[in-house]
Amino acid sequence: MFLHAENMLGGYGETTILNRCSVGVKKGEIAVIVGPNGAGKSTAMKAIFGMLNLIEGSVFFDNNDITALSPQDRVKRGMGFVPQTNNVFTSMTVLENLEMGGFTNQDKLANNIAEVFKLFPVLEEKKSQVVGELSGGQRQQVAVGRALMTNPKLLMLDEPTAGVSPIVVKELFGKIIDIAKTGIAILMVEQNAKQALEIADTGYVLVQGENKFTDKGSALLANKEVRKAFLGG
Amino acid sequence: MDYVNALAIITNFILLPGLTYGSQLALGAMGVTLIYAVLRFSNFAHGEIMSFGTMVCILFTWLGQSYGLSLGFLPTAILFIPVAMFFTVLYCLLIEKYVFSYYREKKSNPIIFLIASIGVMFFTAGLIRFIIGPSDQSFNDGVRFIFNVREFKAFTGLNEGFGLKTSQAITFLMTIILCALLFFFLNRTRTGKSMRAFSDNEDLALLSGIDPNKVVLLTWIIAGGLATFAGVLYGLDKIYKPFIFLQMLLPIFSAAIVGGVGNPLGAFFGGYIIALSELFVTFAYKKVLGYILPENLEPSSMMQFLATDYKFSVSFIILVIVLIIKPTGLFNGKTI
Repeated sequence: MFLHAENMLGGYGETTILNRCSVGVKKGEIAVIVGPNGAGKSTAMKAIFGMLNLIEGSVFFDNNDITALSPQDRVKRGMGFVPQTNNVFTSMTVLENLEMGGFTNQDKLANNIAEVFKLFPVLEEKKSQVVGELSGGQRQQVAVGRALMTNPKLLMLDEPTAGVSPIVVKELFGKIIDIAKTGIAILMVEQNAKQALEIADTGYVLVQGENKFTDKGSALLANKEVRKAFLGG
Repeated sequence: MDYVNALAIITNFILLPGLTYGSQLALGAMGVTLIYAVLRFSNFAHGEIMSFGTMVCILFTWLGQSYGLSLGFLPTAILFIPVAMFFTVLYCLLIEKYVFSYYREKKSNPIIFLIASIGVMFFTAGLIRFIIGPSDQSFNDGVRFIFNVREFKAFTGLNEGFGLKTSQAITFLMTIILCALLFFFLNRTRTGKSMRAFSDNEDLALLSGIDPNKVVLLTWIIAGGLATFAGVLYGLDKIYKPFIFLQMLLPIFSAAIVGGVGNPLGAFFGGYIIALSELFVTFAYKKVLGYILPENLEPSSMMQFLATDYKFSVSFIILVIVLIIKPTGLFNGKTI
């Protein structure tokens, strides 16, 4: 596995939210974490990215133990993270957002911006517009584009389709598949569980911070128990 | 001709002084707003930092004058603004290192920063009284007027006129240049953009690899530099009074808030709005109305909205109105 987080135990203060859960993703594949509200999906993402200290467990990335690294150092190692909220610079233009994303990657800046515009053509049209004025879906594209500016080997998306219209959800998932095809590993948390599992190579169903089911996305969709409990029949 | 005479009076007593005072406020308010945007607290020591910069400039001007240095018709002090800037920025960085960095590491509430800044304000005020004393200092040694009222009247043949002080011209020109430089820096350069990004979304800026220490350092350099200019230009235009800077905090903060705190463009216009309103409200319109109105309607009173003693209340009133009607300010800053 390219990214492998195992046995994660941790939370905020006294209460643990992650109770020994494990997730991982291979290069060029898409892994999706689904589960009910409060299952610890976003917390698991934070833990993998180093924004939450683990009591136990470790995170391996590209064959290195990165459990002790700060989020900034993980970015340098090749991890990209798109948080669920506040994931863009709202007062800055689309182009400036991308420039800031590639702040430490100056040599490839122009090249990377061109790549992002190729992936999200609508951003090129709106490149001089302030991001705060864009629609929800376009904002998410800026957020993903910003994260791609560091040339990550792993892209982590925390509910990229939250607050986005159904048509745009489909489009965004299409883009995510395109990104995975370039060899980037993708780990994402999703509320739109059905649609997300359809494009997932691996799916993790998390309940109360534990792995309830782990299987191929298609297998989870076919699993009666999973369908009944988490996918609404 | 009467209207032209009225206009000349207004230019002399409202427009020119308003634009000058407005420039000084704008420079101060941009520093306040930058510190608020990036370091996320209201810096009450900003007035005293202006005073500190002016004091250093005066000391060096005296030194220069004792060696016979002079800029001819321009005030000698201009020569020493860069030196004063250097020492003021140094002072700001010392404050940052020994006062504010402690609270930043602890991630203290902005209100604690604010209280600490009040401490810094009193300390700085005391330090200034120690070094230069509490009395007024006049250090403008250049030619006072580019043209005065008498020359203007003789040239145009009007009954009324206006004079342009050298300090007014310098203040206005320098403010425009400094603002152009600042806005170019913030909007066009990579480092400037990283400052805006840090102000917009600190966490995301960190994830993008922007160095917070560098941003903090830059903010102090810019705020300290602007404060020096604001203080020296104010001192050249009027007189250096160590006690005035505490009073100037109110119009400066009003300017920043009226424009939208955290937004430098807002602070720039806010400065002029506050300054011009102060003068508009406290000016005695008797003479102006005498020119404009028919003869039999000529007013016998001063026709003044407020006595000049109350000029500071104007900032207060504007501040209250803005906070009630549009708390984000004219240019959509952050809400306090």
